[in-house]
Amino acid sequence: MITGLLIGLPFVFALLLLFTKGDGVKRVALTASVIEFILCIVAYYFLRQQQATGNEDARLFINIGWVSSIGVNFNVALDGISMVLVLLTCFLIPLIILCGYEKKQEHPSYFYALILFMQMALIGVFVARDGFLFYIFWELALIPIYFICLIWGGENRGTITFKFFLYTTLGSLFMLAALIYLYLNTSVGETGIHTFNIQALAEAGRGLNLTQQSCVFWGLFLAFAIKMPVFPFHTWQPDTYYNAPTQGTMLLSGIMLKMGTYGLIRWLLPMCPDALNYWGATVIGLSIISIIYASFMAIAQKDFKRLIAYSSIAHVGLIAAGVLVFLPLKENTEGITGAIVQMFSHGINVVGLFLIADIIFSRMNTFEMAKLGGIRNVAPKFAAFFLIIMMGSVALPLTNGFVGEFLLISGIYKYSAFAAGCAGLTIIFGAVYMLRGYQFIMLGETKSNTSLFTPLTKIETVMLVIISCAVIFFGVCPNLILDLVRSDVNALVREIKLK
Amino acid sequence: MKVILLLSVLGLLALFAELFRFKKILYPIILIGLAGAIAVAISYWFFDDGVMTPYFTGMVDGKHQIPTAANAVGHSFNQMLAFGPSSVLFSVIILSTAFLWFIMSKGFFNNDSTNTDHYALIMFALVGAIILTCYTNMTMLFLGIEILSIPLYVLAGSKKSDPLSNESAFKYFILGSFASGFLLFGITLIYGASGSFDLKTIGTFINTSQETIPSFFYAGILLILVGLLFKLAAAPFHFWAPDVYQGAPTPITAFMSTVVKTAAIVAIIRLFLSTTFSGADAFWVPVLGVITGLTLVVGNVTAAAQNNVKRMLAFSSISHAGFLLLGVTALCGFSAKAIVFYTAAYSIGSIATFTVLINIMHQTGSDAIESFNGLGKKNPLMAFMLTIALFSLAGIPPTAGFFAKYYILTAAMTGGHNWLAIIGILSSLVGIYYYFKIIIAMYFKKPTDESLITINKQHQLLLIVTGVIIFLLGLLPDLILSIGDIDKASIEVSTTNILFLYA
Repeated sequence: MITGLLIGLPFVFALLLLFTKGDGVKRVALTASVIEFILCIVAYYFLRQQQATGNEDARLFINIGWVSSIGVNFNVALDGISMVLVLLTCFLIPLIILCGYEKKQEHPSYFYALILFMQMALIGVFVARDGFLFYIFWELALIPIYFICLIWGGENRGTITFKFFLYTTLGSLFMLAALIYLYLNTSVGETGIHTFNIQALAEAGRGLNLTQQSCVFWGLFLAFAIKMPVFPFHTWQPDTYYNAPTQGTMLLSGIMLKMGTYGLIRWLLPMCPDALNYWGATVIGLSIISIIYASFMAIAQKDFKRLIAYSSIAHVGLIAAGVLVFLPLKENTEGITGAIVQMFSHGINVVGLFLIADIIFSRMNTFEMAKLGGIRNVAPKFAAFFLIIMMGSVALPLTNGFVGEFLLISGIYKYSAFAAGCAGLTIIFGAVYMLRGYQFIMLGETKSNTSLFTPLTKIETVMLVIISCAVIFFGVCPNLILDLVRSDVNALVREIKLK
Repeated sequence: MKVILLLSVLGLLALFAELFRFKKILYPIILIGLAGAIAVAISYWFFDDGVMTPYFTGMVDGKHQIPTAANAVGHSFNQMLAFGPSSVLFSVIILSTAFLWFIMSKGFFNNDSTNTDHYALIMFALVGAIILTCYTNMTMLFLGIEILSIPLYVLAGSKKSDPLSNESAFKYFILGSFASGFLLFGITLIYGASGSFDLKTIGTFINTSQETIPSFFYAGILLILVGLLFKLAAAPFHFWAPDVYQGAPTPITAFMSTVVKTAAIVAIIRLFLSTTFSGADAFWVPVLGVITGLTLVVGNVTAAAQNNVKRMLAFSSISHAGFLLLGVTALCGFSAKAIVFYTAAYSIGSIATFTVLINIMHQTGSDAIESFNGLGKKNPLMAFMLTIALFSLAGIPPTAGFFAKYYILTAAMTGGHNWLAIIGILSSLVGIYYYFKIIIAMYFKKPTDESLITINKQHQLLLIVTGVIIFLLGLLPDLILSIGDIDKASIEVSTTNILFLYA
């Protein structure tokens, strides 16, 4: 029930926005996203109750027929893992809307309608328990972000967004083929109709032999790897992040990227464990290569926005590695738990970083670090916020980034000390490029242009305060998330069996 | 058969309109007549039980049933036509498309002195199309193809002063007659081997004389296939399509790529997915598989290289023919259902796209992709509706086109043609590439001039209706798919054969 509301509400407001004009648009959009956030908190409360009592709460799931003739149901449910990502989405969307509050935009009603539409699709992806429904939401999430980048993006947006669209659709189509393949292998009951139910798909997948599982594995992995992105499927990412409008970049990096990592946990692990066992080293290798490669690229960047884009690849590579090391060691749940925590933290941190980049750009009109410097002398408050968010990003203890990365690396260590060593480089490199960025932008002599850095506006301050508080809060009490996901991760892990 | 009679009467009426001076009210008469024909076709479903008995052996009420003389009452024209369940579905799709097409091409009938002929020709072409949905005899197949084609040869050349239009008609006629020759020769060979024109008897012949079938029988199947694939514009028999489509008046192009395509695929279905030829599947499935793959690749790759929207749509219609054939090649229990859905989704999307194209061509005088530049600003409604239609043609959820592609791909994978499914997936990615060229032009490119693009009320309404249908079919595909689950509508596939092949 409440899950359906969470999906439906943004859609209704998105339609409403199309008929709103003038300044009202942003207010309506913000109100919608705040209501959605409150709704999400209510759902969180229900879920905690369910976990405490152990009784299934009917308010948290819906399962009704949709395309009955082929066994597709509208099957959505909230469990701990989904909840973390829904929480992240509902937390970030108001901030993303706030970020454009003081900017002038063409056609604001379309822009915010698209954002809310995207929120609907994202939540749908995170709660869907039906392969077909999952695919529909997965593709739906792509359409609004494509138009956001195409219409409001930077200079070369035409070709770049197009590449992005083609790339991700390629992945999605292979995922669709894999899902259909699993679907055709589900057992038909008395009705004689196959089903897209996630449990049935997983059982069908585990029943396949290694070759068949491998086909399914690569079909799914391709889609998720392109979305995250993992080396060598990352070539669309830096350009797209750079050319998208700031809010689009936030959506892409903060939330949309998590679709890929979430997909790994929810869809890849249970469907084809034997194939993962067989191909594990390959895909973990790819993840680790993308960590190191992206870190080096980040260090070499002269442009702050690109630096963040590459740092995002490095972080997500670590998350992917953490999930993928799961299988060879059966009791190893640290990787998955760490991945979920890190998805949440990374979402907040990366949005914070892009916000900082945006604040700088709105004043200095450049992302180039060489042209900046000494902003700390002019805007000490801003420097403090930047420092906090950056610390979260380099995973300093007592910030939110630390918990996730610690769990991830300890999970990878159980798989292989060498892999953990390579993956651990992300922390060192992360510190290098982030501190380097900070040093270039904030420290040193104040230049003629940076001396004109105007103080933060109220809305900017509010956003930075919220993000900084979240960075510290989830660093000090990570149990909020850990407790939420523990039972569901265990349930997921129990289900996965090798042949 | 009332539908065929009704359409013929409408055609004759159109011929007399000039003589008896009721030309002005002819357009509404035709529209009402078409609506009536749709209603009659649907009414078969509910009232004519005798007629609705599946002609071929198939599943009825879950039991394997062989039609007897008793339940063959409704067959008419000496049992040469039988209006079965799939006939109803396809003729409703054909007639509804024609109805929308008439609303779209009102301008085409207005600005010509001999317009009543055009009405008549279109109505006769529709008669041919309807015959193709319900023939049970090879002679009717040939007649249907000819009745459908001959009016189109004329219509393709109806812009008399335009050399391109003349070229188009000439090419279509010469190559079309050539293909008819193939078809006729194929029918002759089949007759020579089996001694019958009747589809059921031919099917029985294949099943009873497995070992002793003469080799020229297979040559006959191949020649019939060539003749029909020509009408469908499948590679490598597609060379006529781009020139003909580009040269013909745009409404006629729209008619050819929707109604004619649907009629051609239903003609193929009735032969190859029914008991007639499915017994010989070991022979034709590999052939058709190669042709399908080729059609998908050629259609899409060449479409991607086009810069002229009309020509691009011509090539993309080839690729859609590839998807339709993929459903036939799959030869699984729901192939026909998947194809029904695909033709419906494809026709609706095409009608919407052509509506916009006609308006753009009329006002900018060009059908190059540049003439779409900045349409998002010039006429947001048109741009939005075209975007929906293109999404559907490209197969992006939640539109009807996605579901159609999904269903065809599932059919292909059920039939064990995984490689063809992969080719289908890759080629639909190429499809996204060229359909999105138009979307990018509309929303991203700067317009070349400031003039606004306007659109009249009927077309506006038409676009909105097609948009709604596209979403409706995409979100509630059961509207069509569940029809197929009613026992009456059991798809006419030899189920034993399917079990034999894929169990």
